[in-house]
Amino acid sequence: MKTIHVTATVNGDTVEYLCDPRETLLDVLRDRLNLTGAKEGCGTGDCGACSVTVDGRLVCSCLILGVEAEGKTITTVEGMADGETLHPLQKKFIEYAALQCGICTPGILVAAKSLLEKNPDPTETEVRYWLAGNLCRCTGYDKIIRAVLDTAADMREAS
Amino acid sequence: MRVEVHLWSGLRSLTGGLEKVSVEAASTGELLAALARDYPQLAPVIDAGVSVAVDGRIIASSLTEPLGPDNEIYLMQRLKGG
Amino acid sequence: MALDDHKTTGFKFIGTRPDRPDGLDKVTGRALFGADAQAPGMLHGAIVRSPHAHARILRIDTTAAEALEGVKAVVTRADFATGLSGEFGFVLENVMAGDRALYDGHAVAAVAASSALIARDAAKLVQVDYEILPHVTDVDAAMVDDAPVLNDTYADATVPAGLHPNVVRYHESGHGDVEAGFAAADLIVEDSFKTEATHQGYIEPHACLATLGADGKGELWCTTQGHWIAQKTCAALVGIDTSQLRVTASEIGGGFGGKTTVFIEPVALALSRKANRPVKIVMNRSEVFRATGPTSSTSMDVKIGMMKDGTITAAQGVFRLQGGAFPGAPMEFSAMCAFAPYNLENVKQVGYDVISNRPKQAAYRAPGAPMASFAVESVIDDLCKQLGLDPIDTRLKNAAREGTKASYGPRFQRIGLVETLEAAKAHPHYTAPLKPGQGRGVSCGFWFNHGGETSVSLALSEDGTCQISVGTPDIGGSRASMALMAAEVLGIAYENFRVTVADTATLGYNDVSHGSRVTYASGLATIKAAQDAVAKLCKRAAAKWGIPEDAVYWEDGFAKPSGANAGNFDPIPLAEITKDMGSTGGPISGHFEATPEGAGVSFGTHIVDAEVDPETGKTAVVRYTVIQDAGKAIHPTYVEGQFQGGAAQGIGWALNEEYVYGEDGRLQNSIFLDYRVPVASDLPMIDTVIVEVPNPGHPYGVRGVGETGIVPPLAAIANAVSAAAGVRLRHLPMSPPRILRALRAQASEG
Repeated sequence: MKTIHVTATVNGDTVEYLCDPRETLLDVLRDRLNLTGAKEGCGTGDCGACSVTVDGRLVCSCLILGVEAEGKTITTVEGMADGETLHPLQKKFIEYAALQCGICTPGILVAAKSLLEKNPDPTETEVRYWLAGNLCRCTGYDKIIRAVLDTAADMREAS
Repeated sequence: MRVEVHLWSGLRSLTGGLEKVSVEAASTGELLAALARDYPQLAPVIDAGVSVAVDGRIIASSLTEPLGPDNEIYLMQRLKGG
Repeated sequence: MALDDHKTTGFKFIGTRPDRPDGLDKVTGRALFGADAQAPGMLHGAIVRSPHAHARILRIDTTAAEALEGVKAVVTRADFATGLSGEFGFVLENVMAGDRALYDGHAVAAVAASSALIARDAAKLVQVDYEILPHVTDVDAAMVDDAPVLNDTYADATVPAGLHPNVVRYHESGHGDVEAGFAAADLIVEDSFKTEATHQGYIEPHACLATLGADGKGELWCTTQGHWIAQKTCAALVGIDTSQLRVTASEIGGGFGGKTTVFIEPVALALSRKANRPVKIVMNRSEVFRATGPTSSTSMDVKIGMMKDGTITAAQGVFRLQGGAFPGAPMEFSAMCAFAPYNLENVKQVGYDVISNRPKQAAYRAPGAPMASFAVESVIDDLCKQLGLDPIDTRLKNAAREGTKASYGPRFQRIGLVETLEAAKAHPHYTAPLKPGQGRGVSCGFWFNHGGETSVSLALSEDGTCQISVGTPDIGGSRASMALMAAEVLGIAYENFRVTVADTATLGYNDVSHGSRVTYASGLATIKAAQDAVAKLCKRAAAKWGIPEDAVYWEDGFAKPSGANAGNFDPIPLAEITKDMGSTGGPISGHFEATPEGAGVSFGTHIVDAEVDPETGKTAVVRYTVIQDAGKAIHPTYVEGQFQGGAAQGIGWALNEEYVYGEDGRLQNSIFLDYRVPVASDLPMIDTVIVEVPNPGHPYGVRGVGETGIVPPLAAIANAVSAAAGVRLRHLPMSPPRILRALRAQASEG
């Protein structure tokens, strides 16, 4: 099948790639742009390990085609830290041991950041429902939820 | 030196009905070899993997643990985990 | 302090909660998991799978697939080793079918092509002619006389005569006289239970990158709980020498027992050999569900007799487990763990390992124990209810202690069950008021834990820092606990350590990260390797001072003369010794290799509050408390994490997760949408209490903590849900339809 030329902005950089129309945005990020932070846990939009934002909206990159990214602005976990300064969520996740194996962590961080941008003061229930599309099999979510709530509190205090 | 070994009861059919047998052994390895020799029907079970509990300490695979006549010895199925 | 002394208090680093060494890599997305590797010239593999539950493979025609542009190799069973027996034989048969496909999803061929899309297209072009055979997927159905026979050669010598050939192994153990015990009981409860198969549900699918040449030398990168077992198994399956295959474990995105064997790795190696190019294979989720190793499904009967005061007089259980198309269902662990928490004069347990047309089961966290515990603890709950007894007091009354003859035979060494029960009773959760429609459940659970072959190597650097090479993949923060234990011995700060999971060419054999053995066994080996290095450091100091080696001791990172007689010398810090170690005798390293045999068994007690909506049958877990004996918590935060994770998986098993097979023997729910694992909005916070009753078999008292936490939840939740619903639930998962059926059945009876 013929490949298609696409131009997009990924983590602040303009990127160009050729992709098969059947390739997902996740395939493109991982295999063509070498951004392997987003993970494929299911390929059906059920696990959230591939979460990224497209034009500011949280999506499963396995449910979007690579060609659909034309002209779009995409942010992945690789774009979360500002140089050597980690995003407060990244710091808190390490401090709280909000990860065990770490495979769901990139998706959860992207999703949690997206939540806090929309709602800087979420309740526990709001965090739980926002992250309901991100499966974690190791932690039972307890430390993840606490890390997100406490990051939100820290960020409110700092702003 | 003779030691007494408790088997799990499912093995009775392979030892002529005995659930406790006595064999000549000074280590876990000798114990398993003696069981396989004295009770040949146990050999495939031992080959498939067994553990030995000595005074409550479960020896999963070592053949070199020393045994004495005062030890309470149990043959157990090989332990593994997830 | 003598180096061999056991130490259970007075720690400087153990018990603290530093950041994990690999934290930064894992929050920035740069940690490399199984699917994140690539190699120049790499091909992509795809696997052709049987759509039938049981079928004879008449012919495989690969012509059309091979003709597709970009296809570089196609393999079938003919491309693997022959003459394998035992577990290697079963694994080969499982990763690539021989003359029969034994379950829906069984691999029958594989292709390698220049892109993943071409490989997928080519897999569809492989023509397989099948003769469909009768199939069976239910454990009870597989045992009846006229059940289809999967294999009439698997049954071993322990199986009693007269059973169906699908019964391949048998276990029976216990002591005392159960009939006499039942005769003495005031009340006997006898009940039957079923649990459905669940999957470990790790979020990272199996993935590997393999290179194998015609010279028999290979490289394998894969996500695995144990790269030495992968090395050994893969080498055997593709017919090369073990040492010629170097295996590197990627970061692992969850395993829980499911990554203790191989599936795609030997196939990638065979494809690579044929194509003479590196080959990467990544499973999709549906393949993970259909063709890796879920748990056994079970059918169980339990009978327990009790006196009015709560004393158990006899206990008996029958545990039937189907483990897929090969022997190995962990029925002996179901049997041995079932009654282990209790001091029983009369106990008997029987297990059946049954084969059926399902994927070959793999270990899942305390394999076999959670299901048995569900049946046993449900019956104990019923007895308590009928006799008006408190569930924790009753368990305390019968609890196993040090010296108790275990239900599986030997006497317990020092154990912490009573401590977990007492902590449960004292916990505010246990006496908190319940709302209408809610019920509370309690359960105990037991798991053996494991030691296993272990090698650790530790090398000091000139600047006084230290690198540790371990061979157990870090599934949940073990690099941190290794660094803490080494810091405790060497007396230098945690930050001075770098812990690496070494590849198979760099370190001696290591057993898999399973059996809750990593913190116990790799930890013990790390401590001993650090002690080995300390002995060498002391020797250098002794030489410098011109005094005997045994006149030097090590404390808080310094070599010190051991008393006035040894001489009056200023202590020398570690970095001072390592600075010029190259010219004072050579590099300083510490090593330890052994198969530690002192993994202490472990107990836990869980308390759960659940509420049930009688209209819809939906259940919510509203409060959860895990109390478990960790022996000694090296990094308490990660111990809590293990407790919480075990509970969450148990909640999924109890309420939602199950393999659903159709009449056609095909798996009907092979994606996460239909196989529903708990999501964040399903769960409450999970409270934890770490009990520490030191294990005499570890220098610092560590007991494994990874597995025990999944043993009590099934029963604790079933007891809570049964209390809330007002009807006993005997079949897991307690999904809304099953709860509604139970409620309606009770209403029609009543």
